[in-house]
Amino acid sequence: MTAGPMTSAQDTVARAAATPQHRQPYAELGLTDAEYDRIRQVLGRRPTDAELAIYAGMWSEHCSYKSSRAHLKQFAEKAPPSAALLAGIGQQAGVVDIGQGYAVTFKIESHNHPSYVEPYQGAATGVGGIVRDILAMGARPVAVMDALRFGPADAPDTRRVLPGVVGGISFYGNCLGLPNIGGELSFDPCYAGNPLVNALCVGVMRHGDLKQAAATGPGNQVVLFGSRTGPDGIGGASVLASASFGSPKANEDGGESAKRPSVQVGDPFMEKLLVECCLELYAAGLVAAIQDLGAAGISCAATELAAAGTGGMRVSLDTVPVRDASLGPPAILMSESQERMMAVAEPRHVEAFLAVCAKWGVQATVIGAVTGTGRLQMTWHGELIVDMPPGSAADDGPVYHRPLARPATQDELAGRDPVTLARPEDGPALRDALLGLLASPGLADKTWVTEQYDRYVRGNTVLAMPEDAGLLRIDDQTGLGVALATDGNGRYCSLDPYAGTQLALAEAYRNVAATGARPLAVTNCLNFGSPEDPGVMWQFAEAVRGLADGCAALGVPVTGGNVSFYNQTGQAAIHPTPVVGVLGVHDDVRRRVSIGFAASGASVVLLGRTCLELGGSAWAHVTHGHLGGRPPQVDLAAERALAAVLIAGARDGLLVAAHDLSEGGLAIALAESCLRGGLGCRVTLPGDPFTWLFSESAARAVVCVRPGWEQAFASLAAGHGVPAQMLGVVGGGGLAVDDCFEIPLAELAAAHTGTLPALFG
Amino acid sequence: MTARVGVVTFPGSLDDADAARAVTLAGGQPVPLWHGEKNLHGVDAVILPGGFSYGDYLRCGAIARFAPVMTALVPAVRAGLPVLGICNGFQILCEAHLLPGALTRNRGLRFVCRDVRLRVENARTPWTSGYSGGQEITVPLKSGEGAYATDPAALAELEARGQVVARYIDFSQPNGSQANVAGICDESGRVVGLMPHPEHAVEELTGPGRDGLGFFASVISALAAA
Repeated sequence: MTAGPMTSAQDTVARAAATPQHRQPYAELGLTDAEYDRIRQVLGRRPTDAELAIYAGMWSEHCSYKSSRAHLKQFAEKAPPSAALLAGIGQQAGVVDIGQGYAVTFKIESHNHPSYVEPYQGAATGVGGIVRDILAMGARPVAVMDALRFGPADAPDTRRVLPGVVGGISFYGNCLGLPNIGGELSFDPCYAGNPLVNALCVGVMRHGDLKQAAATGPGNQVVLFGSRTGPDGIGGASVLASASFGSPKANEDGGESAKRPSVQVGDPFMEKLLVECCLELYAAGLVAAIQDLGAAGISCAATELAAAGTGGMRVSLDTVPVRDASLGPPAILMSESQERMMAVAEPRHVEAFLAVCAKWGVQATVIGAVTGTGRLQMTWHGELIVDMPPGSAADDGPVYHRPLARPATQDELAGRDPVTLARPEDGPALRDALLGLLASPGLADKTWVTEQYDRYVRGNTVLAMPEDAGLLRIDDQTGLGVALATDGNGRYCSLDPYAGTQLALAEAYRNVAATGARPLAVTNCLNFGSPEDPGVMWQFAEAVRGLADGCAALGVPVTGGNVSFYNQTGQAAIHPTPVVGVLGVHDDVRRRVSIGFAASGASVVLLGRTCLELGGSAWAHVTHGHLGGRPPQVDLAAERALAAVLIAGARDGLLVAAHDLSEGGLAIALAESCLRGGLGCRVTLPGDPFTWLFSESAARAVVCVRPGWEQAFASLAAGHGVPAQMLGVVGGGGLAVDDCFEIPLAELAAAHTGTLPALFG
Repeated sequence: MTARVGVVTFPGSLDDADAARAVTLAGGQPVPLWHGEKNLHGVDAVILPGGFSYGDYLRCGAIARFAPVMTALVPAVRAGLPVLGICNGFQILCEAHLLPGALTRNRGLRFVCRDVRLRVENARTPWTSGYSGGQEITVPLKSGEGAYATDPAALAELEARGQVVARYIDFSQPNGSQANVAGICDESGRVVGLMPHPEHAVEELTGPGRDGLGFFASVISALAAA
């Protein structure tokens, strides 16, 4: 079935030129008066309905980055020199050389708003979208991860949203056949009306397989393949992700339920076919250019492919296969129906292209051709309905330098020093504090979630949750692999977005290094409130500056990312929550290091400096519901040195275990390592037990040294100037802290594992 | 001569590469078989791998049983070709009536990915002869519809004939399977269906151990002995 009945009511280019006064619903589509005027200026007339649909999608905050672009350019300007970068920002995803002829591509993206409206499908299609981004680069997607943030774990709505989101990720990722190798789960009241669902995908290819998203060569054919276009997700990008919930406008429209049809519906089976189909097309050399269809659907794919290439493209929009024959051109252009790709193929390859699609049961249709006109032209049953320079939508969208101002509340927040909070002062109180933290929803065992994800499929998962990072084998023979971690801490960022973002970067960097992998590149998902709020915009600017400076200091470039604004409920924005993903290369995954204390008698050594740092800490949050003061000090030189020790320690076989210290400090790290390895440990703390157990000083890790190699490891740490404090030994049936307490493993396990099942069933 | 073990790829098969890797590690030669071909390419045994064949639409395995490759496979199996169905492959074997019973939604109604302890109850099939009867092994289970169900009389018959090949022995039974059934075989023993995934337990590096390798090594030895 092809699209729509022919109606004389179509708004053609000729009609637009003849009816300049015709009133158009641009404001409802999210465009301002000035933006609408600019479209008229670009075209020399009013846009047709179809053109208006294209501009509305492409100039939405989600697609155009109009509020963030002025800041994001720092990622390129401050990027450290890196020989590893094969493709960077501006591509669908960055591509990194990992050696031996392999390249990996990875990216993280938000699906926050759809996941609140319809958790299951919202989260499912978030996975689908990021996987197609990776596929479009020419890579085979090989794993996914998810960074999830919800409102209070015991809030009634969290019981709607969390199981739905996890179920959606499970449904889509498992059926697609991609191992889920890690991620995050945390809770805070600020996410109650606006959960964060950030999905990451990583793909692998050979160097020569990199694909371009540029429609070049007039006469080449434009093929749309995958699912049919339906009325689902119409305006998803512009409507959902570019306005806040609970605003008066949303309520007039009937509230959140009115937006439900804007959420796309996923078909992971079709996506699996699309993946295998594309990889076979690539291998056969049948693809000249390709782009996935995500936000703004055909509008985005057509304008971006054309703008990046020769500039001209002709599309017969009525040939687009549709699921609903009543869909007209604007709906077809704005639909965000899932599991679709757009490719450019040389005419001599079209027959073979369509045959590969048929083999995989994937519908494919030639809908147009590349032209030399420099214009994107679309027809509807022969009538010209779009005639525009594609770059005007794809590249030359509005750029706003939004006003920004440091909120007055920032000083008050910093002044609320947690150092005045009542602390546990004796052994039993410290013991209770540890068990309380270990059982708190954000730090509790996440098996309830991760057990719903397939981590085994494809047979290359070396480490997955609850390890510090996911680790994948890439080459069976050499053991080459990649490690990935995502981290973010909204509490730190609300205290200081510059430092908080660097702490997120440092934590992910540390997590990757803890496995023995060398950090290579960075992706990010920047989740913030409304950019129209100067306070939020200040947070955003500080976060971007912090990340760009941090990446320069650590020598790891940002290869791509995603911005999600309007994460707020009414006037209340979420904590600024940049989520940072770090990818590292592991020279031999057989030498990976786990967090588990699995060797009795091995020394437990703490690396790094510990000071009393409680601002934004898990202890202050869980025990006192307190947020204030300064986040931990950032020392990126110390992070580099620590990572160097961890990487060399793994390479030289000196380490049995390594676990980064972050939320909950040494107390939580020791408990997790004991539970993971199934062995206890006995440690002696060199100073004030509370500080040593619960401070969240950065640039630290706890390691377990292979017996007999203690001296070699001490020399290694000293050589890099990393303080190494011998704490004790692995062994016994519990976590014992001399002069304080001992907790049997069974009691630790009960506290750790009981929380999420009790909450979610 | 190296045993040639076919691994069928249906649209939506996911663990086909893993099954092929396991065959290789066990010393066999994996042969890819395509769902759309009625040709078994002269293989000595066949594995129906895990995944979501045809999206598991309608019912798990219900569409796959009508695939062209099945029209070649069913008579070959009846004539003595050993076949192992893993997870979705087990579901397909049940739908194709090569094995009795059905796999239903997990008791908790959620997908479960977990390393499970199994007891090999029948070590006389060509797929389990490398184990000893009663041997306990650890392999991953990962499924949403893994609860084996049949009527009491049929179950009693399966038990009486030793057709329960493997059983869950975890104290927290993962999916509500009747009589803790993890895998069964037909009367000949050559057709085995297993819900857990032995192909994900063939290397220390990527699995909970190497306990699953025995299924693949068993059939290769059995074929060599035949």
